[in-house]
Amino acid sequence: MQNVPSHTKARHFGMVIDVDKCTGCASCMVACYSENNVSFRDEESAKMLSLNWITVYKLTNGKPFPDTEVCYLPQPCMQCDGKEFGKPPCVSVCPAVATDFDWPTGIVSQIYTRCFGCRYCMAACPYHARQFNWWDPVWPADMEKYLSPNVSARTRGVVEKCTFCYHRFQLARQKAYHEGRSEDIKEEEYQTACTQACPSGAITFGDLDNPEHEVYKLKQDRYAFRLLERLNTNPSVYYISKRKWVHRMADNYLEGEVPRAFAEKEA
Amino acid sequence: MTTSAIPEGVKRCSGSQFILWLLPAFLVLLMAAYAMFRVWGFGLNQTNMNDAYGFALWIWADLAVIALGGGAFFSGFLAYIIGVKQVKNIINFAVVLGLVCYSMALLLLGLDVGQPLRGWYIFWHANIHSMLTEVAFCLTIYLGVLIVEFIPVILENPKIQRIRFFHHLSHNMHEIMAVFAATGVFLSFFHQGSLGGVPGVLYGRPFAFREGIFIWPWTFFLFTWSAAAVGPLFTATMCRLTEIITGKRLVKDEVYQLLAKISGWMLLTYIIAKTMDTIYWAAVTAPSAGFSLMSFYTNNPLYGIWMLVAEIAICGFLPALILITRKGRENRKLLFAAAILAIIGLCINRWAMVLQTLAAPLKPFDEWFMYSPAWTEVITTIMPVAVGIIVISLAYRYLPMFPQEKELNP
Repeated sequence: MQNVPSHTKARHFGMVIDVDKCTGCASCMVACYSENNVSFRDEESAKMLSLNWITVYKLTNGKPFPDTEVCYLPQPCMQCDGKEFGKPPCVSVCPAVATDFDWPTGIVSQIYTRCFGCRYCMAACPYHARQFNWWDPVWPADMEKYLSPNVSARTRGVVEKCTFCYHRFQLARQKAYHEGRSEDIKEEEYQTACTQACPSGAITFGDLDNPEHEVYKLKQDRYAFRLLERLNTNPSVYYISKRKWVHRMADNYLEGEVPRAFAEKEA
Repeated sequence: MTTSAIPEGVKRCSGSQFILWLLPAFLVLLMAAYAMFRVWGFGLNQTNMNDAYGFALWIWADLAVIALGGGAFFSGFLAYIIGVKQVKNIINFAVVLGLVCYSMALLLLGLDVGQPLRGWYIFWHANIHSMLTEVAFCLTIYLGVLIVEFIPVILENPKIQRIRFFHHLSHNMHEIMAVFAATGVFLSFFHQGSLGGVPGVLYGRPFAFREGIFIWPWTFFLFTWSAAAVGPLFTATMCRLTEIITGKRLVKDEVYQLLAKISGWMLLTYIIAKTMDTIYWAAVTAPSAGFSLMSFYTNNPLYGIWMLVAEIAICGFLPALILITRKGRENRKLLFAAAILAIIGLCINRWAMVLQTLAAPLKPFDEWFMYSPAWTEVITTIMPVAVGIIVISLAYRYLPMFPQEKELNP
């Protein structure tokens, strides 16, 4: 909730996911679990009790064979800019400032040691991107040795969510600083774990405001859209699909309304 | 000569009968204590809440109990600020009821947070933009005000009155009570509103989101107005219930009728405002996000349009119309039937604003999220009733709660 610090270069990190390329392999989810010390339990069938910072949804067009079409939609935290820039739906509601909008990066943080678990942010998030630690994290024997030292493990009773692997940004910034490049971080130096793990190259990550970054061009694709865009949350995650029914699955439309990408075509 | 702990000139049951009466309430309390031990000891996995239902039965109970306990603040407003003398005959009861409601609401909030030992962060690291921060501050301070308002009532116990210091303290506290009542009214108007703001500001949840004035969504004002309207009706209904249980007249009918008249008109104006709010929301706010009215009331096993009909027509307009007519008020059965309907209506409203908000799917590929509470949630939600029975019974037995009791039971 502060203005942009004048001594820091402002970026606006975001993601573009081409769902027509996604095969639903869930490598992104596995990479995320490993990278961010996301805990899991023996029994994971109750999805609304699971922790996963990126969820792959399976969508179908609802038509019978042979017209059935499937689409896989990976959904991390949308890192919303908010109705007013810098005020995502979850940030202003947190009573203890345990989640904040980071102006230099556009990333919505979650401060685990500050969170006292009221879950108001979860109620505010329309994407179910925030999850609660209903249990204490327990890893199988010896697995604790493989936890990442760059990401703090969370305790029972706090909310957690995707941070766009913010620790990787911190490492990249540190490296750039030590190499005398100030804050000049190259596109490839800061990539999220899910982006790098995706075997079909469906996920692209970078600075949405930097014309040299791939995401800058991709977000302007005619078939780019965002999830539940009409709620005015202004997500920093874009999707691309050429299929109209996928666009229809991404937002709510009244009878007679057509997704933006197809409105001109039909007119 | 020993002084009896029971106020002079009134009759109370024997000690053994009194203990027997309290026993079931203590059993509920015992079970609730075990549930609290489980929740605080093992965490919120002992409930049926999940990531879709971050807010559930407890938050509904909080909102409902605080609104109903609002009888204390509005009765205080009428008695001390406006100077409606009749209300003073029920104000002690309203304060005790308010105290139970508010203390229980805070206890449930303490249960509901994942890290109770960090509960103080809400004050220390307060985010002034959060409606919940406003709720926490006002609620805690107002609970303090209620305690201050209750102290002089306790001091009026005959045994305590014998001590000279307490006798004078109680007299002097009565003298300055208007100051505390005014503080309580100010705080309560704010936190009832903030509770309305809690769902109303959620612009990512089109079922709950409302436009408004400056930082306050319309729900801010609707919650305050409905609590002020229904709170005194709850006080009156609980007082009548005490009369039925004790078999004594405690408050004159004219007091009930006066409260019913004021509440009736407030309820009518509230329900007109609520109807206008609902129409605007259904016609403008929800469609702007791609939702029709019926998308929030179909394709699920519980939330049908009956919710809206029950809340606005049956439990809104109907009791309001009964209460604003003299004939309706003068018929005691009709008066309390209307009061009960209004209380149910308020509870439906709070349920919808908390649970239906979270149940309604937003992504087109989501389905309705349904939830049934675990026993730990149910028993702790019943706990305020048990605590209410115990505290009111003790207060009724040992404190001069009803100034008209002697006159009505010669």
